[in-house]
Amino acid sequence: MEKRLANWGNYPAISCDETSFSQEDQIQDFISSHSSVIARGNGRCYGDASLANHSVSTLKYDKVLAFDIENGIFECQSGITLDQILDIIVPQGWFLPVTPGTKFITIGGAVASDVHGKNHHVDGSFSGHIIDMDVITGNQESITCSAGIEADLFWATCGGMGLTGIITRVKFGLKKIDTAYIRQKQIKAKNLEDLIRLFEEYKDYTYSMAWIDCLQKGDSFGRGILIVGEHATPQELSEQQRKAPLQLAQKRKLSMPFNLPSFTLNTLTVKAFNWLYYLKNTKREINNVIPYEPFFYPLDAILHWNRGYGKAGFVQYQFVLPLEKKDGLVAILKKISDAGLGSFLAVLKVFGKQDSLISFPMEGYTLALDFPVRKGLFEFLDQLDEIVLQYGGRLYLSKDARMKQEVFWQSYPNAQKFADIIKTYNGKKLFRSIQSDRLLLTQ
Amino acid sequence: MPTVLILGAGSDMAVAIAREFAGNKYDIQLAARNVASIAPLEQDLRIRYQVQTSSYAFDATDFNSHPAFYNSLPVKPDITIAVFGYLGSQEQGQSDWTEAARILHTNYTGAVSILNVVAEDYASRGAGTIVGISSVAGERGRQSNYLYGSAKAGFTAYLSGLRNRLFHKGVHVLSVQPGFVYTRMTENLKLPPMLTAQPQDVAKDIYKAAKAKKNTIYTKWFWRYIMLIIKSIPEFMFKKLKL
Repeated sequence: MEKRLANWGNYPAISCDETSFSQEDQIQDFISSHSSVIARGNGRCYGDASLANHSVSTLKYDKVLAFDIENGIFECQSGITLDQILDIIVPQGWFLPVTPGTKFITIGGAVASDVHGKNHHVDGSFSGHIIDMDVITGNQESITCSAGIEADLFWATCGGMGLTGIITRVKFGLKKIDTAYIRQKQIKAKNLEDLIRLFEEYKDYTYSMAWIDCLQKGDSFGRGILIVGEHATPQELSEQQRKAPLQLAQKRKLSMPFNLPSFTLNTLTVKAFNWLYYLKNTKREINNVIPYEPFFYPLDAILHWNRGYGKAGFVQYQFVLPLEKKDGLVAILKKISDAGLGSFLAVLKVFGKQDSLISFPMEGYTLALDFPVRKGLFEFLDQLDEIVLQYGGRLYLSKDARMKQEVFWQSYPNAQKFADIIKTYNGKKLFRSIQSDRLLLTQ
Repeated sequence: MPTVLILGAGSDMAVAIAREFAGNKYDIQLAARNVASIAPLEQDLRIRYQVQTSSYAFDATDFNSHPAFYNSLPVKPDITIAVFGYLGSQEQGQSDWTEAARILHTNYTGAVSILNVVAEDYASRGAGTIVGISSVAGERGRQSNYLYGSAKAGFTAYLSGLRNRLFHKGVHVLSVQPGFVYTRMTENLKLPPMLTAQPQDVAKDIYKAAKAKKNTIYTKWFWRYIMLIIKSIPEFMFKKLKL
């Protein structure tokens, strides 16, 4: 049935048809009767990666198939969301090996984006924790693959944006925890120099990221707050928390009921917000023990927060630059601050080493920020792309809605190899999205 | 732990109902035509809710098999929920008897056949709850789906008669009249978002109503009033409408 569909950024929005499946034969029937399709999970990628004329929703394909509580191995169908998985594994003393900043994504989406988390410098991206998975490829065969078997299919599927086929089953390893709490440390940084020094100083923490204020100039250029954390031990909990260390109280969620008018976001309001966010930490350093939810998923507490950017939507711009190209980071931040186009909560993180085919992370600095869609924005982002290219960086496909194809081909060193593997498994271009057409991967 | 039997466990509605009852610590018996297809659901319920589960082959239109199916259950369920249904194609059914018969037999004859067996057992034990998922489509025949609607109308009347009879034996019968629900069955229909429920909402309503021994529920609740209005339109006007 025709309907309007957009992902989390509300840009672009298209009219298309979406179907769902709860049994494997249903998906086989669907793809054999269509000439093109793209798998779609919970629609939390920001741009057009899971948009196409025909999309197939995995959300009803959401069964847990096995959970080895002794060894922490979880196996499920691809449409289950991380929040459902957490509800099952946390009370048993296990946690996701890697989680992005929202738990409202499906496991299939986590693989297709090869998501990273605050622990990338320690634990790598999600693909490193997959034991094996099933993918229905272009010849409609369901193939089991892993880093050891059918390795080319495996590596082109991790971070491959659904272009090798439909991920149907994933088996992956979990992380042992003793409590559902995080021992958190927040440290204020006066400027970018200070912030980068702090990242280095606290790199032994499992989890780290920083919020950064892009609108500051002069001495406080790039000021921010570094947030690091470790899974708390029972001894670190309060007496109350220790009674049920693996249980969290249900919290009420707020919701943004409608799109805010676009004028609510301007340099002034963003400045004021960032100023308050920085000043709310009155001490230089804050240490506390908090539930895992606000630590990993602060924005999930406000459902539909994306509506805050208005009806026209927004794009999230996330790039990574190699570790030695710190001046590139300065150049980009300067450009954003000069243009006065900064967003609430820009997020900075240092990635560790990454060995994969087409996944986004590489050792270096990654910065993510939101820009509401308005006149002139795309020209501005094209200019940022040039700086990213110049410093040997690249953009995250899961956030992308507008990158020019040459930027992709120049910035991903394995682009051709990726395209060749797609040809092997998806030769008839059965799996294609607006993004893959735009990037000339399936044209 | 109490046990619930779900007849027609392959549908989206059935998945939601099974999860709702399992979440409230019921052991679950799943029955579907293709047993292999519900194996993942069985695992899912066991792992998510730590309840006992089992699966059985059951074909709503294979009437003769129904007594043997029910008698072979190792544990007799405390609650039996008939979820199976078949929307089919009204247009095809108008000229193709195979399609029409399939609609009638799945939604009406098959339901009567299996619930007759269950009702006898519950009546003799003087305990048990039967839940029938009918449809608001059974409240008034419309040109767009009167084959389905008439079968559901029959089913609704059957449930109300059954309730009347079994009340005197200590057995409860709940009729459920869902309005629009987002499922694979309705995926190709254009449904008004304000009036359309998610399967989980329907499942919650059913659980609560079964607990509270309600007789008839509409879900979402406002469908009671929508249907009241639709039923009150005089026939000379109704026949001219394109519904």
